[in-house]
Order: sequence, then C-alpha cells, then structure tokens
Amino acid sequence: MKPARVLIVDDSSVMRKIVGRSLRQAGLDVLQVLEASNGSEALSLARENPLDLILSDINMPLMDGLEFVRQLRGIESAHEIPVVMITTEAGEALVVQALSLGASAYIRKPFTPEQIKERVIPLLRG
Amino acid sequence: MDQATIAEQERVRIHLSARAAGTRARAARKADDAKQPETHSGWREELAQATREVFEIMVGTSLTQPTEPPPLFVPDFAAMVGIAGSLCGLVSVRTTGECARRIAAKMLGDDEVGVAEAAQDAFGEVCNMIAGSFKGRISGLADACALSVPTVIFGRDFTLFSLARGEHYEVTFEFEGKLLSVSLDLHG
Repeated sequence: MKPARVLIVDDSSVMRKIVGRSLRQAGLDVLQVLEASNGSEALSLARENPLDLILSDINMPLMDGLEFVRQLRGIESAHEIPVVMITTEAGEALVVQALSLGASAYIRKPFTPEQIKERVIPLLRG
Repeated sequence: MDQATIAEQERVRIHLSARAAGTRARAARKADDAKQPETHSGWREELAQATREVFEIMVGTSLTQPTEPPPLFVPDFAAMVGIAGSLCGLVSVRTTGECARRIAAKMLGDDEVGVAEAAQDAFGEVCNMIAGSFKGRISGLADACALSVPTVIFGRDFTLFSLARGEHYEVTFEFEGKLLSVSLDLHG
C-alpha cells in the first residue's frame, strides 16, 4: 500500500488532530495530511490536490458533510476518492443518505483506532 | 389566554442564559427547583453510559462517580448541544476550566494544552459525542432527532438556565479528582 495523501474535514481542530493520529495508530502510512474546517474548504482542496482518502464530519457550518460528498462526486478528478464519514449522528436514515450520496463508509464518534483500521484500510487496498 | 401565556408559548424551544450571580441567579435556581422529575426509566443511566463511553474511548480515562449526593461545585466552563426533533432539549457538560484543559490535553495526547481555544474545542466535542451517543442509545431517537453544533461558555459566576422546564436528568462524575456534571434538560 503506497503512502496516502489524506484530507480530514471537521470543524473541530482537536478532532482533526485525533483523526490524523488515529490513522497513524491504525497503521496507515500517511504521506500528507490536509485539513479543512468545512465542506466548502474541503472542495477547494480536493480540486487542487491529488488525494487518496477523505475523512469528513457531517455537522459543519457553511457546507455540511453530505453536501460536500454530493458536490465532490461531481468533480471528475475526485470521483473515485474513498470518503469516510465520521460523525456523532448515527441514525440509519442518515447513514443510508450518506452512502447514497457517494460516501464509502461510515464511522460513529466516539471511535477507536481499530474501527478506523477496519473501515479505512480496505478502502485504500481497492 | 393572557399575554404571559402567549409569550411563554412563543419562546424558542431551547433558550439559554448565562447569568451573573445575585438576584438573577437566585431566580434561575428557583426555576431549576421547578424542573419536572425523571419519567423515562433508565435515561439517566443511558446518559451516564454515554458519558463513560466517550471518556474511555476519546479521552482515555475511566470516570468514577462520587458518592450520593454528589458534592456541590462551582463550574466555570460549560458546553451545550441542542437536540431537536421528536425530542427537544439540551445536553450540557459543566466543569472547571482547569478540568476542561486537562480533558483537552488527554484527548490530544499532550501534557498541557497551551491554547485556550483547544480546551473549548475539545470540551465542545466531548459534549457533542455524549449527546450523539445518548441519542443512539434510545430506541427511535437516532433518526428522529438532530443535534446542533456545540456551544461553549466560560467565566465566573454564571448559571445555566434552560427554559425547557421539562424533565431533568443529571449525573456527576469525577475526572482525575475533579468534578464534572452532565445533564439532559427536555422541553416540557
């Protein structure tokens, strides 16, 4: 598995750091971590940078995670980047909505590095 | 219907005031005394379990509960997350600034948190995860309610006063010897 370029999207800077740390604890070889605090910032970064993985919160100001995924899937260069939603919202309807919009997997907060490993690593192996 | 009744009905469903100590605080305490008793069996314990889960997984600490009745303490740091939908109310977590900074440091894996914003951010996220975990534990609530983004307030001599005036559930914990209170106020 090649070193990954990762984009972490969360309005909490603390949570972005924890997600980044959890990826490393899960054994992911991280080449570069980019951070965005909302979906709008994340879209700009996704347009400008080659990415291997995106982890995104849902409840964020300006543009939430669902709208971010919907718009991301319309960008040709970002069409196939795995997107993992990480959120406190765990309702089945929301999970279905996120997946139907193009999310690849769903992790509920609070999460363990093991859960990150289980959901994320298979996505990077294709 | 008199004007006071109409005004009461037109109030926003979740309203918070941070009030200075004194006559206003005493008024808030009177309203606090008027909160309705717990009627949902097991919700207090679910709130406690949600809190323990968040601290064990994200903070790396097992919380303990002080003996009943829990000792009084003066929190100066609070985070709140609103719940709206089939259930309306507010989840709040209260502690001291020192304790909030310690929680943030543990979450980040640092000895200390140098930036005040990090403690606010971390404490808000803790409250957010507790609210989400609680919601997920109650059958039918996960899809039926949405959570607000967290709000954090801090300072001396404030009283959190929810106009929800419905059921009130509260659990007090000890985190590294410091007290921490978690509560759920439901709209009446």
